[in-house]
Amino acid sequence: MLADKDRIFLNLYGVHDWRLEAARKRGAWNATADMIAAGRDWIIQQVKDSGLRGRGGAGFPTGLKWSFMPKEVKERPHYLVVNADESEPGTCKDRDMMRHDPHLLIEGCLVASFAMQAHAAYIYIRGEYVREREVLEAAIKEAYEAKLIGKGNVHGWDFDLYVHHGAGAYICGEETALLESLEGKKGQPRLKPPFPANAGLYGCPTTVNNVESIAVVPTILRRGAKWFAAIGRANNTGTKVFCVSGHVNRPCNIEEEMSLPLKTLIETHCGGVRGGWGNLKAIIPGGSSVPCIPAEICETVLMDFDALRDVKSGLGTAAVIVMDQSTDIVRAIARLSYFYKHESCGQCTPCREGTGWMWRVLERMARGDADHSEIDLLLDVAGQVEGHTICALGDAAAWPVQGLIRHFRHDIEQRIDRYRAAKGAHQVRAPVAAE
Amino acid sequence: MSVRRLSADQPDAFAFAEATMQQVSWWLGKYPESRKRSAVIPILWLVQKQEGWVSEPAIRTIAEMLEMPPIRVLEVATFYTMFHLAPVGKHHIQVCGTTPCMLRGSEALIEVCKRRIGRAHAPTPDGKFSWEEMECLGACVNAPVVAIDDYYHEDLTAEDLEARLDALARGESVAPGSARGRQTSAPEGGPAVLIDRALYDGSLGQKLKLPNLPEPAAS
Ligand SMILES: Cc1cc2nc3c(=O)[nH]c(=O)nc-3n(C[C@H](O)[C@H](O)[C@H](O)COP(=O)(O)O)c2cc1C
Ligand code: SF4
Ligand code: FES
Repeated sequence: MLADKDRIFLNLYGVHDWRLEAARKRGAWNATADMIAAGRDWIIQQVKDSGLRGRGGAGFPTGLKWSFMPKEVKERPHYLVVNADESEPGTCKDRDMMRHDPHLLIEGCLVASFAMQAHAAYIYIRGEYVREREVLEAAIKEAYEAKLIGKGNVHGWDFDLYVHHGAGAYICGEETALLESLEGKKGQPRLKPPFPANAGLYGCPTTVNNVESIAVVPTILRRGAKWFAAIGRANNTGTKVFCVSGHVNRPCNIEEEMSLPLKTLIETHCGGVRGGWGNLKAIIPGGSSVPCIPAEICETVLMDFDALRDVKSGLGTAAVIVMDQSTDIVRAIARLSYFYKHESCGQCTPCREGTGWMWRVLERMARGDADHSEIDLLLDVAGQVEGHTICALGDAAAWPVQGLIRHFRHDIEQRIDRYRAAKGAHQVRAPVAAE
Repeated sequence: MSVRRLSADQPDAFAFAEATMQQVSWWLGKYPESRKRSAVIPILWLVQKQEGWVSEPAIRTIAEMLEMPPIRVLEVATFYTMFHLAPVGKHHIQVCGTTPCMLRGSEALIEVCKRRIGRAHAPTPDGKFSWEEMECLGACVNAPVVAIDDYYHEDLTAEDLEARLDALARGESVAPGSARGRQTSAPEGGPAVLIDRALYDGSLGQKLKLPNLPEPAAS
């Protein structure tokens, strides 16, 4: 368990003032000039040594990602783009960092941009976060006025930071869709390669990082890579803000150590599962895109990238969605399928057609109005969407369905049998696929 | 994908208000001179703030201003679901319906909206209210969540939502945040962490030597 002294987001809940003076007292902007003076190779090496992996979902090592940027700035400027689109169902951590600890993020933007030789960065925040955007803009204004950023700032690296916003599209969290959106277009993901480090925003070398990935960097540098690396397990280091929602007694955000047991997280910080641990049905441990895991697995699994991968799920955004025995899990997953259908950008056929197809079948299955054979058909279709699309939204739509069938096939079968018994089997229509 | 089309009823013209124009220039200043179409989403948003929705003449005006073909602006306006392509009520209620909110009772909130306001996207006859179901608003630990106009109302019951609608109908304003008096995303009853006083006494702001600094190069 993480001690208070090892937390990074000291104002996670907004109990204290977010403004510059108060943030400074909590350590923000402390020794920033020394970080810059130590040079960009030092910064990147520290971030590598800390073991920090991207907090936006995929878990790619942050220091390594930074090192993909061109070593020298040629005619095209470099950019840092911060992904604050936060739309993965279950996830609401970046929100707290922006509205309550914005100076850690702003400082992180300066340090990361310097390390990648970017003189400008954009923070792309989802359109619905109006309050969060207001705070962030106000904090950036403070930073400019205090000459912490801007041209001729006290840190000696000219740096402009701009907030940009979206207008309601989950897909704009995908990094290349985000760049399209920031260029004033529909948010449709780009084919890769070229990767953003080569041709990103406006065709220039760009790195896209999640809010949390950037906001933790200054504290890592202040306390040392070793400090961060000593928290959690090897390859899964550091602190992490978890978002626990659903059927717990006290849902909340909480910064904890990586690799904390899932059960400890829920029992210690969230008042336990509603009705007691024995009332647990399943948990989606990493935001809606990862497969759910049943209670037996939740009993022992650790909250980190590798442990969750080993149980065929994922840490994703570390958004833990808890479902107790009262949950109609088929409907719960069907609602997620509706989400992916609604949010598909429509440019690849397997995703555009497959997400709608899966949703419609699941809606029928939730009623029981389906045939047993359709369960395998659904699995087959999910498999055809997964891995056959431009971006990972296709995978994200397939995984929850696969997780449902892997662990709760019996629930679906039972539902179908009951529906048939109630109607009299002869009244049940032949399987009609989705349409 | 969702199919979104422009309203059949369109005004004859659109003009930027003075105050909107000032904000537009501020936004344009954020992007390189040759990349001003980057501002299209923020400008559509400002237009919606001014008019309540995004009309076809507004789309044409924005296209001219940003030197974009009107079809490109139209594409953006129809792609992003926060843009209203037809007038909405004076108060627009956005109920999150995604699974984490559903698990904590959003369906009851949707029922309230259906009963009191009617069909989604259709303003009440007096023009006071309209509503729609949203996908995850990114506040799930405070589920169920409803955005009223621009701000989030959290931890709501059906009664809480009704009370807010009553207040708005009376012309009062409603305070956003948790209906249960929670401290933002902290667990109910207050956080049991972040209580170490040393974090807040200013000691973390004292001068500090960074660990692992590179050895100064011998000169
Ligand atoms: C459909 C989709 C939605 C995504 N949404 C987000 C998001 O809201 N926020 C985020 O930081 N990353 C999101 N990502 C991941 C980004 O593409 C990208 O990997 C991430 O921003 C990289 O930052 P990191 O390395 O710091 O994690 C999403 C990915 C996909 C495929
Ligand atoms: S996978 Fe879906 S969301 Fe991603 S590019 Fe293809 S259609 Fe768009
Ligand atoms: S599901 Fe409603 S806020 Fe996330």
